[in-house]
Amino acid sequence: MDLKLREADLEFQAEVRAFIDRHWPTHVRSDAYEFEASTATPAVRQWFDALVARGWSVPSWPIEVGGTGWTPTQHYIWDRETARANCPQMSPFGARMLAPVLYTWGTKEQQARHLAPIREARVQWCQGYSEPGAGSDLAALSTRAVRDGDHYVVNGSKTWTSVAHRADWMFCLVRTDPRATKKQQGISFLLIDMKTPGIEVHPILILGDQHHVNSVTLTNVRVPVANRIGEENEGWTYAKGLLTHERTGIAGVARSQVQIAQLKRIAAETSLDSGRLIDEPSFKRKIDEVEIELMALEVTELRTLASVEQGGAPGPESSILKIRGTEISQRISDLTIEAYGYYGVPYPQQRLIDNEGPIGPELAVAALKEMLFGRASSIFGGSNEIQKNIISKAVLGL
Amino acid sequence: MDFSFSDEQSLLKDSVERFIQNDYAFDARQKLVKNEPGFSTDNWKTFAELGWLGVPFAEADGGFGGGPIETMLIMEQFGRGLVVEPFVPTVVLVGGMLRIAGNRAQKEKYLAHIVDGTLQGAFAFAEPQGRFNLADITTTATKTESGYVLNGHKAVVINGPSADLLVVSARTSGQQRARSGITLFIVEKSATGLTRRDYPTVDALRASEVHLQNVTVPKSAVLGRVGKGLDVIEQAVDEATLAIGAEAVGCMEVLYKATVEYCKTRVQFGQPIGKFQVLQHRMVDMFMEYEQSKSLMFMAAMRLAEGYGPEAQKAVSAFKVQVGKSGRFVGQQAVQLHGGMGMTEELSVGHYFKRLTMIDTMFGNVDHHLKRFGAL
Repeated sequence: MDLKLREADLEFQAEVRAFIDRHWPTHVRSDAYEFEASTATPAVRQWFDALVARGWSVPSWPIEVGGTGWTPTQHYIWDRETARANCPQMSPFGARMLAPVLYTWGTKEQQARHLAPIREARVQWCQGYSEPGAGSDLAALSTRAVRDGDHYVVNGSKTWTSVAHRADWMFCLVRTDPRATKKQQGISFLLIDMKTPGIEVHPILILGDQHHVNSVTLTNVRVPVANRIGEENEGWTYAKGLLTHERTGIAGVARSQVQIAQLKRIAAETSLDSGRLIDEPSFKRKIDEVEIELMALEVTELRTLASVEQGGAPGPESSILKIRGTEISQRISDLTIEAYGYYGVPYPQQRLIDNEGPIGPELAVAALKEMLFGRASSIFGGSNEIQKNIISKAVLGL
Repeated sequence: MDFSFSDEQSLLKDSVERFIQNDYAFDARQKLVKNEPGFSTDNWKTFAELGWLGVPFAEADGGFGGGPIETMLIMEQFGRGLVVEPFVPTVVLVGGMLRIAGNRAQKEKYLAHIVDGTLQGAFAFAEPQGRFNLADITTTATKTESGYVLNGHKAVVINGPSADLLVVSARTSGQQRARSGITLFIVEKSATGLTRRDYPTVDALRASEVHLQNVTVPKSAVLGRVGKGLDVIEQAVDEATLAIGAEAVGCMEVLYKATVEYCKTRVQFGQPIGKFQVLQHRMVDMFMEYEQSKSLMFMAAMRLAEGYGPEAQKAVSAFKVQVGKSGRFVGQQAVQLHGGMGMTEELSVGHYFKRLTMIDTMFGNVDHHLKRFGAL
């Protein structure tokens, strides 16, 4: 039992660092964190192209479809190093969410058509799950798909759809059998081209006027039956399968470590009375408390990786990663805004549009955006309350 | 990175686990703690026979060559059984200081008897005014021709009543809270001028107020270097903090699982109360606190095993903060969810709660270790 990296892992770490220095050099890095980098930016495009050329764009996929075959420790090193350098992240909707469904249950044709563009970061996917009447209770969804020859005709509406306004495709849950006895039955999993007539995307501005999510209405949208994943009415199985692939990096430990380092820097640069904010015991205590929580979470994640690495399934400790991970990153964001004092107050967009430069510290803009957007992390992907229901049932047997 | 145990470590864990399951019933423990000496001397012999009392000592000293990870494995199981036998004061603290700082003669004289179970120890470090500051010492050691004369009052000395041997921290020079000038002395129970007031603690251990009045000790009683005792104390106390923290993790495991079982069977409003979401989420919180504590337990043990220094100190303090908060939460919620039954002396739940509460205080509470963590 020890925490040291093995020789081979140290070599891998050095290789990763060299790769990052070369393809995501310090002069293009920003301290501002973007949930999802736009591939339209040249530096970001170059980064993704370098990843593709090196075969590292989708590390967690199986080797046969372009993955790396890394050990869990290597994945951990990759996550940590890319977070430290603030590297652009691949959009999760294609690479992390849909792809495992495709390579597990998709037909040869579906795989041939869709996997390569995801791997190469040339396509934007979005996720058509939530509906106005189906949020945490996802299986209550009512978007209807009726068979018409070689097509389904889809009618209904999806909501909270991230990046739908930039998406080329949507993977979508629809109801194909409204008479099924259980609501989890009678659902199908469709791949829908966003250019199909009948699809309308309406922006929903979230806190801080950010345009990230949308409502999507589908009116008589014709989807080829060939775009259905797996069997008709079995979509719930695939949708659930997708969630189990969300393991590595779900805790966001590396990202939170970067945030804490930044928070300490800000607090050290901020004056308070005759001293510095970081020397104020009441504030320092809050930083130390969250840092200890994060240390514990890092080891919890390492324990999960270790049990996976030994060929086993992740242990029960893995179930807490999402809850604690989001609680911790939200806490750090809170403290960051607190550290900015009055300059945590100005309206974020206002500070960007002005030719005279930012009002207040430059990074405060990104910090406020991140704090506001970060509130969503304990809501999306199964809210933390739903996560607790799952642990209660699956781990505690209640 | 490696989170697996060696074969020897797994065997050790299994052997302690089996003992707790088969030979350490809660009812028997309750009888023990109400009578003298407050634990079972037969159990202590068994510990010696099974080799547990020699686990953290070098093979050359008659031990098994184990370290912090082995101590952690033993103590986690002891926590599950709510073991009252004085393993921490004797083996981890007194044995630990002998291991760290003892000279050859001292190791030969004492360690072999700790290992064979015939010698018990206690560490008299705390003082009434000192709270958690290990350097806040007013007990004096005045040099004489042949040795030292000790005077002072040592507080809440765990296992004082049964200890054949006390290790006493005293000041040979320096001001009350100075880091230097502290010296450790080995004082035998029979020393003239040593008086004790013995009492039980709320978590069913035994402790003493120890008064030293002109207690003379020879030069050979000095443990480690004169005036440099604090370094030894800090290392031994950090190792003991890992030990009682691991014990707390064992306590928490028992409590969250017992609470889940109880809520599955206790029926109110026509259904098991475990069906109520508000209680389910509370129990998930208990489970998460346990897992997070366990993670930092591993981290602290691994850092201490790598070698003693600031990294290890930081990990131990982080662990103690986590255990203090988590132990309090899990203990209090276990009592709460057991309702009136949780309040009774009859049920084990309350006794785990009491032990967890005391563990938070022992060797410095959450506030103390948060401050230390932040300063490191």
